[in-house]
Amino acid sequence: MAARAAAMAWRLTSMSDAPAAPARLAVRKTYKLYIGGAFPRSESGRSYPVTDQKDGFLANAALASRKDARDAVTAARKALAGWSGATAYNRGQVLYRVAELLEGRRAQFTAEVRAGEGLGARAAEAVVDAVIDRWVWYAGWADKITQVRGAANPVAGPYYNFSLPEPTGVAAVLAPQDSSLLGFVSVVAPAVVSGNTVVALASESRPLPAVTLSEVLATSDVPGGVINILTGRTVEIAPWLASHMDVNAIDLTGADDGLADDLAIAAADNLKRVIRPRDSDGDWTGRPSLHRLHAYLETKTVWHPIGT
Amino acid sequence: MTTVAITGSDLRSFLDGLPGVDRVGAEARAGVLATRSIKTTAKRWALDMAISMVDLTTLEGQDTPGKIRALCAKAKRPDPADPTVPTVAAICVYPDLVHVAAAELQGTGIHVASVATAFPSGRSSLEIKLADVREAIAAGADEVDMVIDRGAFLAGDYRLVFDEIAAVREACGDAAHLKVILETGELATLDNVRRASWLAMLAGADFIKTSTGKVSPAATLPVTLVMLEAVRDFRESHGRQVGVKAAGGIRTAKDAIRYLVLVNETAGEDWLDPHSFRIGASSLLNDLLMQRTKMATGRYSGPDYFTMDS
Amino acid sequence: MPKFEYAPAPESRDVVSLRESYGLFIGGEFVPGISDETFKTISPATEEVLAEVTEAGQADVDRAVTAARKTYEQTWSVMPGKERAKYLFRIARIIQERARELAVLESLDNGKPIRESRDVDIPLAAAHFFYYAGWADKLDCAGFGPDPRPVGVAGQVIPWNFPLLMLAWKIAPALACGNTVVLKPAETTPLSALLFAEICQQADLPPGVVNIITGAGQTGRALVSHPGIDKVAFTGSTEVGKEIARTVASSGARKKVTLELGGKAANIVFADAPVDQAVEGIVNGIFFNQGHVCCAGSRLLVQESVYDQVLASLRRRLTTLRLGDPLDKNTDVGAINSPAQLAKIRELSQAGEAEGAERWSPPCDLPEKGFWFPPTVFTGVSQAHRIAREEIFGPVLSVLTFRTPSEAVDKANNTPYGLSAGVWTDKGSLILWVTSRLRAGVVWANTFNKFDPASPFGGYKESGYGREGGRHGLEAYLDV
Repeated sequence: MAARAAAMAWRLTSMSDAPAAPARLAVRKTYKLYIGGAFPRSESGRSYPVTDQKDGFLANAALASRKDARDAVTAARKALAGWSGATAYNRGQVLYRVAELLEGRRAQFTAEVRAGEGLGARAAEAVVDAVIDRWVWYAGWADKITQVRGAANPVAGPYYNFSLPEPTGVAAVLAPQDSSLLGFVSVVAPAVVSGNTVVALASESRPLPAVTLSEVLATSDVPGGVINILTGRTVEIAPWLASHMDVNAIDLTGADDGLADDLAIAAADNLKRVIRPRDSDGDWTGRPSLHRLHAYLETKTVWHPIGT
Repeated sequence: MTTVAITGSDLRSFLDGLPGVDRVGAEARAGVLATRSIKTTAKRWALDMAISMVDLTTLEGQDTPGKIRALCAKAKRPDPADPTVPTVAAICVYPDLVHVAAAELQGTGIHVASVATAFPSGRSSLEIKLADVREAIAAGADEVDMVIDRGAFLAGDYRLVFDEIAAVREACGDAAHLKVILETGELATLDNVRRASWLAMLAGADFIKTSTGKVSPAATLPVTLVMLEAVRDFRESHGRQVGVKAAGGIRTAKDAIRYLVLVNETAGEDWLDPHSFRIGASSLLNDLLMQRTKMATGRYSGPDYFTMDS
Repeated sequence: MPKFEYAPAPESRDVVSLRESYGLFIGGEFVPGISDETFKTISPATEEVLAEVTEAGQADVDRAVTAARKTYEQTWSVMPGKERAKYLFRIARIIQERARELAVLESLDNGKPIRESRDVDIPLAAAHFFYYAGWADKLDCAGFGPDPRPVGVAGQVIPWNFPLLMLAWKIAPALACGNTVVLKPAETTPLSALLFAEICQQADLPPGVVNIITGAGQTGRALVSHPGIDKVAFTGSTEVGKEIARTVASSGARKKVTLELGGKAANIVFADAPVDQAVEGIVNGIFFNQGHVCCAGSRLLVQESVYDQVLASLRRRLTTLRLGDPLDKNTDVGAINSPAQLAKIRELSQAGEAEGAERWSPPCDLPEKGFWFPPTVFTGVSQAHRIAREEIFGPVLSVLTFRTPSEAVDKANNTPYGLSAGVWTDKGSLILWVTSRLRAGVVWANTFNKFDPASPFGGYKESGYGREGGRHGLEAYLDV
């Protein structure tokens, strides 16, 4: 009898400290890689914790391996013929639709940017506004690049001579470390709008908005493999992309200066087109300069005689 | 004898001097014709005509006499529930199984077509190719679908290709009509399709055929357009009407009807008959039957209601 | 009785809900005309009345220009380009969403085959809005300076041959550049423009950015001569174009003007042309849209050495053209847009016969009601014939011959017009030689009647001045 009373008493006191469980438990998202239009985990089976500004746990992101990077490059190469062979009008339409989907998911992106970058509500909304409008800006470039970059050239002879921009091929892009969505979009969109395909490495510490973006891409009309998104350690993955002989260009923005120089040296082995961040990129909120749009373009000049 | 007498260098000059085909223009024309809307009475007519133009085909390494018998049963009675369905034009099989088909189809009016000449690659000696043809005819084939030597064609040896076709035509004699498979997917350009069409007709082909069905792309509307223009022009200049067979990749009734529209508006209605146009297919037949049933009953049907042919 | 008779395949009219009468679209709303004048628009295939439409008078034009000016000053010209872009993207999307409705309406009101309005007119109209939407937020990259400004209020008058497409050609670049517009559709084809007004409402376009005023020649005159207009854009006949140029010149006001006028294009076929595709190109060049095309290939210049072969092929091909109900999906040639146009085509065809050319048409059953003209070919035509000089704007082809490339070029250029031309040959250098010598604003080689929002379109000489489409098309709507 006394033992029972004691047990009851013990239970009552311990219950008063018990933390409350939520009435409804949220179903958490699993953050995976986006390769070839599918969502695999890293083949290495690894992940790493992503935290917010106050070191609070946000999620485990996939920790990509060199093999994931290799597979992503293969997927990007496979998707290149179709994407670069589509009409510019078609690419513009497809990219514009991505903007439609981004707009529909505003709330989700705002929450993730807020949590990951520690922004206030209004600031996060402004970032998402800018992301959508920037994407629209790039979508509208698809069928104008040739008119701005191409030309018929007045050579001194009976030849018709014209120069046309063409996409360089597969681009590896190291996304900015701080600006997890606006910066990400600002380095990826300029490559794909002209027909290149991309393997993007998201910000190491703030990868989550990029993964959510990959969900938007997967439900859009962007063909699988056109944009591939990896999450993981920059120092681990970037060198494999920089030295990959089937990558045609690399944007070193997400690498710090020391690493960037090493990557540029490796990139020289197949003369990748190398893009470095510029002061004019700023905090990504300003109007984009055109250097990234131009960087992923080759120029082909054709001659043909004029005569009867 | 339908083979035209022509020297090797004249042949080359003639073929190379044919007007070119602008691919973009040809594809655009085929594309517009594919928008024709064939409904109600026109659709009923077209479905029956298409069925009567089918060369019901099986060309698999794993074909057996049992499979051939099933195919022939289907050819004779495409829809057991509906005796008004026309029979197909022919069945098409490998030479060593012709005897099975010939026995099954005797007296039905359905032709027995045999592929021959080292189908599908065409990579063998003329002697072996002719033996192939003779055996097929001896076994009861009354139609021969030969392949041209694409390697020789692409290497520019038009004379060789011509002579092979002429030899096969002679071997067929009066016993069988000859279809010449151009394998348009390997010829790559529409200019080559035009040249190969003319080459085959000058050499004596009774039909020119797009494909073996073993290479992709097989039949396409633009390729068939060019071949229909060729047979139309050939009748104009040589007074002989050569048929066209589109084979491979034609799976739906909608596709088949598009081909009939193409024939109608390119070569003309003289070709709208099994004696001048054929469709080489296997699964197409059931889709034609399904569409036919839908027109009769007003309801969409399903595969359970149509017989498999194996 | 043909062996393979295509059964009727009519597109249903149900997708369109026509109102009995339409007001003017001014300041974002449909409003009655001040003067109560109206007119009817009919289907040229059946002569049935489709709807009653308001005739805008001078006072209505004033209202519309005032609304456009106000919105220009207060809202549209100060709005950032990226916001304007998004309105244009919305409009493009809604055109795509309502594509079927627009296509049926266009065929009903204009008489053109549904296949063309469905597969050509409407998709291109949407594409124009998409293309120019993409310029609105990047005008500083267009090669016109770091901050090109709009011109102001544009007065735009469009013809009846491609009603919605011509509207798109005018409104899309104007809005992208920050201008507001007052547009008058042709009196025989107002309906798709009025449906476009509804689309502007659905897109929440700020009231007054687009104003649609219906009416005939009088309304058009009042609009282009209005002092509140900074820019005049006109597509129509050369005769009226000249009138507009005179009016603007004599008014003293400094208005920017672009004119897209008539043509008498030469379609040149050389002996080595890919013959079957060339014949398609000839047919497409003059029988597409019943020949109601300013850039129609109305003069066939065929190299004499292949004359017989080309003509035989052409005649054979014309026997497969299907003329009839524009709403039938298998129709190739629709109705002539109006009795006035039909009379003009007949008059010029009679002149052709009188002047000694030989006339031929494939056998053709013309429906009882409506306005119809069979595809017609005149051979034995020389440069001096009226049918070789004057724009017929109907399904009538004049055939001339030439011997050498120089002769072809000289004959092609021997006209006051200069809108377009076609060249058919397998020889690349010849294409480039001929095209570099043709005095025409649009030259098609081994193709014809191809349009794209990225491709500038416009004429030399009396076919007008200014270009629509492409980066070049921005110039007309910027203060540069």
